Amino acid sequence: MTTNKEINKIDAKVPQGPLAEKWTEYKAHQKLVNPANKRRLDIIVVGTGLAGASAAASLGELGFNVKNFCIQDSPRRAHSIAAQGGINAAKNYQNDGDSVYRLFYDTIKGGDYRSRESNVYRLAEVSNNIIDQCVAQGVPFAREYGGSLANRSFGGAQVSRTFYAKGQTGQQLLLGAYSALSRQVHKGGVKLYTRYEMEDLVIIDGKARGIIARNLVTGKIERFSAHAVVIATGGYGRSFFLSTNAMSSNCSAAMQIYRKGAYIANPCFVQIHPTCIPKHGENQSKLTLMSESLRNDGRIWVPKKKEDAEAIRAGKLKPTQIKEDDRDYYLERRYPAFGNLVPRDVASRAAKERCDAGFGVAPSGLGVFLDFAEPITRLGRNVVEARYGNLFQMYYKIVDENPYETPMIIYPAIHYTMGGIWVDYELQTSIQGCFCIGEANFSDHGANRLGASALMQGLADGYFVLPYTIQNYLASEISTPRFSTDLPEFEEAEHGVKNRVEKLINIHGKSSVDSIHKELGNVLWEYVGMGRTKESLEKGLEEIKQIKEKFQSDVLIPGDYNDMNTELEKALRLADFIEEAELMARDALLREESCGGHFREEFQTPDGEALRNDEKFSYVSCWKYMGEDQEPELFKENLNYEFTKVQQRNYK
Amino acid sequence: MENKLINITLKIWRQRSPKAKGAFETYKLDGISVDSSFLEMLDMLNEQLLESGKEPIVFDHDCREGICGMCSLYINGHPHGPDEDITTCQLHMRKFKDGDTITIEPWRSHGFPIIRDLMVDRTAFDKIMQAGGYISVNTGGSAEANGILIPKEIADEAMDSASCIGCGACVAACKNGSAMLFVSAKVSQLALLPQGKAEAARRAKAMVAKMDELGFGNCSNTGACEAECPKNISITNIARLNREFLSAKFKD
Repeated sequence: MTTNKEINKIDAKVPQGPLAEKWTEYKAHQKLVNPANKRRLDIIVVGTGLAGASAAASLGELGFNVKNFCIQDSPRRAHSIAAQGGINAAKNYQNDGDSVYRLFYDTIKGGDYRSRESNVYRLAEVSNNIIDQCVAQGVPFAREYGGSLANRSFGGAQVSRTFYAKGQTGQQLLLGAYSALSRQVHKGGVKLYTRYEMEDLVIIDGKARGIIARNLVTGKIERFSAHAVVIATGGYGRSFFLSTNAMSSNCSAAMQIYRKGAYIANPCFVQIHPTCIPKHGENQSKLTLMSESLRNDGRIWVPKKKEDAEAIRAGKLKPTQIKEDDRDYYLERRYPAFGNLVPRDVASRAAKERCDAGFGVAPSGLGVFLDFAEPITRLGRNVVEARYGNLFQMYYKIVDENPYETPMIIYPAIHYTMGGIWVDYELQTSIQGCFCIGEANFSDHGANRLGASALMQGLADGYFVLPYTIQNYLASEISTPRFSTDLPEFEEAEHGVKNRVEKLINIHGKSSVDSIHKELGNVLWEYVGMGRTKESLEKGLEEIKQIKEKFQSDVLIPGDYNDMNTELEKALRLADFIEEAELMARDALLREESCGGHFREEFQTPDGEALRNDEKFSYVSCWKYMGEDQEPELFKENLNYEFTKVQQRNYK
Repeated sequence: MENKLINITLKIWRQRSPKAKGAFETYKLDGISVDSSFLEMLDMLNEQLLESGKEPIVFDHDCREGICGMCSLYINGHPHGPDEDITTCQLHMRKFKDGDTITIEPWRSHGFPIIRDLMVDRTAFDKIMQAGGYISVNTGGSAEANGILIPKEIADEAMDSASCIGCGACVAACKNGSAMLFVSAKVSQLALLPQGKAEAARRAKAMVAKMDELGFGNCSNTGACEAECPKNISITNIARLNREFLSAKFKD
């Protein structure tokens, strides 16, 4: 491995000047494209989640010709729809001391000092515009009796800056972006391609010029050209098979551009969300999140005595029978300043620590209580129902237990990926003309994302950042005519996709795609999960290699490739999950420190907190594809903190 | 949670393509945990079909937590199955008994042609939205969010209408195949809010016209849509749509 090669440093093109002026300065001096030229330029946007839909709509409004792709039957199905809790903004409506700087600082600190200052500051800066924009679109945010917007608190912050629409904030924001997108479709600026999946990126003379996509209904492989390509396809959490992601969430578009030269950054930074419904059995297909907003009022605990925990697991004792003195509210005990609202990585590890020590309460031993008895007494059942009713109903339908009467049982699960495609300040990847936005990029959350910041980032990228920065690139493309898809580069890319698909379908093995995917998930959770060691990661890499061999020799895909084929779709995605998994383990092995969601058990403070090594690892690890079965090459983007003091995170 | 296993018989609609003739096929499936979701049960069946060299059953699904609106299925005569206020993906096998026979069909409606097996084409809903389901505002330049005060009751009511997930159960449940509940939910949400009032009349007319054009049937107020809606969207939305629509026509 070519580590420590100082020559392999990366330039993120961050504008000079004071932090608070960088974005203003950038916008003042960037190149723009005039209206007549915009009509001549085509942009492909892959994905219709918060980032993709908001970008496609905004670019359409500006006058560009946009082709927008999604794998579902409608853009409104993208998995942003499932985000529950809320969206952060630095409005300071509560007069509780919030500001752009504080949102920036909380995000940098929450990310454990592994994100780029300039990008995060810009995110905090545009956060307020997002709320204005969404309200103008008719997003029905929660309101106070006086008619003003309401806020609630989320983890990692001491202010209330989270805007919400019941427990369905992602849904309402996505429907807002979808409505803006629909308006552009109606006007003719955006053309939608639903039930299409990107299969490769086409590069001509070093620039991204189009994509190859598969029509999922007919199986036909088709070519699309453009002057720029935007990837907005979300994260790689479903590498783990079980996660809170949707069934079709995948990292294939990201892996395709990786194989064409885009770097993947910090793949080991994966978020494990503390409050999910535990797994029920081997046939489980996905895990369900219980919103972080529940930690506003809910209290997390396990029994103080091991014998009580054992009795609960055996069904001999009910949680309500355990006396107050015999309960361990371990987050409130360990982190008095933030209590139940510590960041996600901290809360997840604390739950694991208690369960590993034998205090878990689910039948499997892997579960802790999230209890609403105290808020129900304090506020009344009606208030609790108004705040969390739909979440309680969701829990009841899945588990068949009533959370108004008995505490919920929750356990951490894979939820979000902070790592992703490396982008510079302009959200451009290391391939010219190829941009990456939303969860798919690595840019803003460092080693841990704070709650209610994913929606903020997706919409910031799509509404307020990319529509500017992409023009700085397209301004030099105004005399480039539209491309014919008959060019040899398209021919070659399509041929490559067809070969890949045929090869897979002709394996005629015995193992179903899901069965291999589950094996991969188990290996990742076991060896590349919440607690990692050098040994576990080496073992993980070895096992991933074997899974890859099994997949390549024994996968079973029935049917034809030039027809609808749901097993083939899953197989193509799994091939990329396996490759991403390998990168994840490799990156985790390299990073000999603990930070945010990446916890190396060898590196912790005496009281079990993550121990960073800023001297050696204050950088973004960027992996470059070097060819099939070749080791990827490591590049580094050094992180210089000019405007914040780097310290150990302290939530005590 | 109990750890009980049940055995069931499934009668599932299979249809190769939109124009092909479909038929029910019968499958036996054993050893299903009652804690499994309905779609996990179908996953099990598909694994079983794969093992015996057959093609799996095609059905739409994605988030599996009741919010994306992708899953459908007409189960034992009900869109989204026998349980109330949930989508198919939230339905659990504990609602069925050992030895039960379960019949699964696709949405059957003129507006939603079958693509394959249990998968239908709902792009008509997108087309209705494109006709006017929005507030005409560009990105940027929006007024300060708290500049528009909206009484809590109004915001809450708009939120209730906005909870529609666009799954199409209302259309599937309606004997006329009407999309009125879907259309009225969006029209209501935006007509209730001050931001959406300016073009409320135009919106209602455009969406209704598109709905008619796409072959959805008329509403005859039987309330079947409300009864089967997984998100409890109320038919009072339809009354509001009718008001908006009539006043728009009156102005013409």
